Amino acid sequence: MRKPLRIRIVMATVLMLLMVTGGAAVAQDQPEARKFTDPNDPGYEKPIANYDPWEGFNRSMYKFNYGFDKYFFVPVVKAYQFVLPQVVRTGIANFFNNLYEVENVFNNLLQGNAEGTVNSTARIVFNTTIGLAGILDPATPMGFTKMQEDFGQTLGVWGVGPGPYLVLPILGPSSVRDGIGTGVDAAVGTVWATFVVDEIYSSASDRDKLYWGWTGLYYISKRAGIPFRYYETGSPFEYEYVRYIYLKYREVEIEK
Amino acid sequence: MKRLSLMVLWLLLFPAAVVHASATTGAYDYPFVDPYTATVIGTPTIYRPNLPEEVPVKDYSLTVFEDRQIPDVFWYSEGLKFSLVPQKERAPLIFVIAGTGASYQSPKVKGLQRAFYQAGFSIISISSPTHMNFIVNASTTKVPGHIIYDSEDLYRVMELAYQKVADRVDVSEFYLTGYSLGASQAAFLTRLDEERQVFNFKKVLMINPAVSLFNSVNIIDQMLANTVGDEPGAFNSYLGRVIRAFATAFDRSEPLDFNEDFLYRVYKKRMPTNAALESLIGFSFRISSSNMIFTSDVMNGYGLLVPPGTQLRQTTPLTDYLAASLRISFLDYYNRYFYPFYHAQTPTLTSEQMQREMSLQSIAPYLRQTEKIAMMTNEDDLILAPGEIDFLQDTFGERATIWPTGGHCGNMEQKDVVAFMVNYFKE
Repeated sequence: MRKPLRIRIVMATVLMLLMVTGGAAVAQDQPEARKFTDPNDPGYEKPIANYDPWEGFNRSMYKFNYGFDKYFFVPVVKAYQFVLPQVVRTGIANFFNNLYEVENVFNNLLQGNAEGTVNSTARIVFNTTIGLAGILDPATPMGFTKMQEDFGQTLGVWGVGPGPYLVLPILGPSSVRDGIGTGVDAAVGTVWATFVVDEIYSSASDRDKLYWGWTGLYYISKRAGIPFRYYETGSPFEYEYVRYIYLKYREVEIEK
Repeated sequence: MKRLSLMVLWLLLFPAAVVHASATTGAYDYPFVDPYTATVIGTPTIYRPNLPEEVPVKDYSLTVFEDRQIPDVFWYSEGLKFSLVPQKERAPLIFVIAGTGASYQSPKVKGLQRAFYQAGFSIISISSPTHMNFIVNASTTKVPGHIIYDSEDLYRVMELAYQKVADRVDVSEFYLTGYSLGASQAAFLTRLDEERQVFNFKKVLMINPAVSLFNSVNIIDQMLANTVGDEPGAFNSYLGRVIRAFATAFDRSEPLDFNEDFLYRVYKKRMPTNAALESLIGFSFRISSSNMIFTSDVMNGYGLLVPPGTQLRQTTPLTDYLAASLRISFLDYYNRYFYPFYHAQTPTLTSEQMQREMSLQSIAPYLRQTEKIAMMTNEDDLILAPGEIDFLQDTFGERATIWPTGGHCGNMEQKDVVAFMVNYFKE
């Protein structure tokens, strides 16, 4: 087993501990919001409610992510966008999409989705060859469009519910199920990526540098593709809306 | 490209709803004759002028009141944010005031920035006094919607904003514009500027103003009420449907903001019926008003939603407040909070007087004689009550430009409309 994978497992363990300890700290001593009972709607219930027993921890993590984003991640992304022209950035994003397409194959197989497995495999074959190691994406115009399948969805297809809502450090909105899914996908991706790195470089010290370099680049490229910025939605209920939409979005994705 | 293909799909699916406007009017080329569609969809790319994607914009933050306490629950909103788009050379500067609930960086404001920057103007963009960040940092009464006080707050912010960037931009003279509620405020701001004479605006353009705020908010309330219906549980099930529709159409590569623009994007992808479009406009405003009302209630400790004495902290769950505030119509806000609050300050003020004060009619003589103000709206603007378009035509006379279609602000990015706005300030 290689070092990067070990570090990831340690991180995942720390994360689990944080979840468990953070969950205990939520206080329930607030008076209730005043109800606006609509005369036309006596059966009024909470229209936007999600299972979020660790809300105190989650909100703290949301705030941490805001700080990380604002003072580190977004400035790095801006520098990345300033230094590299759009066409190069698209190439990099395509390259990583192709590299980690293997996760889609893996999850499609586990979900027993033959069509999806063929689709993802075809994408790898065409994009790696005609697409010059994945820098271009000729598979999409050929009709093999990208379909994101992660292990969280696989668990969902197997009938596992989302469990409590969970805000992950840096990665943001998730659930216990999807958090575990993210860990499994990361493990699969890491095994695959180290295998690919090994094929390219045989010297051990170079290999680690290359691995960490491209892991960093991968996350920067990924963040660059997401325009969301924390606390810029103009709503005091941003946390609630993001949670609600995330959970619904996952429901819909699993149904697809 | 994606936008274009969606448009084509729309045209194929709803040929009856779409008539090429050029067939009837000649010059003005805007595709939607239905005001609801226009308001929701806005202007498809092919009907827009060629403008730069990006303009050099810089964001700033202001401390408006030194002694303002920012509640813990709004910790992230400290400092009033605005933006400057400067020209390198000496140029006129246009202040842009955003519409109801919208921020200085909303898509409509950005559209104006692109057009005005290309035409050689510098721009300072300010959030609406109904936007959370403005209420928290810059509202004197903290009860938004009062057009006289809100305009005074805006004027103070504009002064501070200009002071802050004065050494970064070379200004020859000052202009002012705003859309929707921001347009109505622009009229009051111009009148205020005559007294204070800080900017001495040379030209002012009102874009789709509300004439009577009270009438407009009632119309908007009805849009939601009409569709959602009266049955028990109707609102909840409506909400569930909308959020589900959103989740289905959600695309991580698009920006997320919880104001009117957010839901418009959803339904762009869902091709809804006219009734759904109408309710969606109402619901989008409802999201904006719930943000506004909760923020105001917390800032004032008024107790409309949050029981007095409640300590809202950074990690306090707010779901119950969100649920409760989504149930408050504009009329509820007016009756339960807005009017009682101002009535307590001026006990002689009747509700009728108040409603009249919150209107352009109250300053009609000023608007009639003030040559530097021009007004632009659409014949089918949804927020105007019967007779209000005639009032606008009559009051502004030759300074009124009324487009045949476009709904409420739907045509702001249309080629001819952009050319008109730019030319107005250039001439």
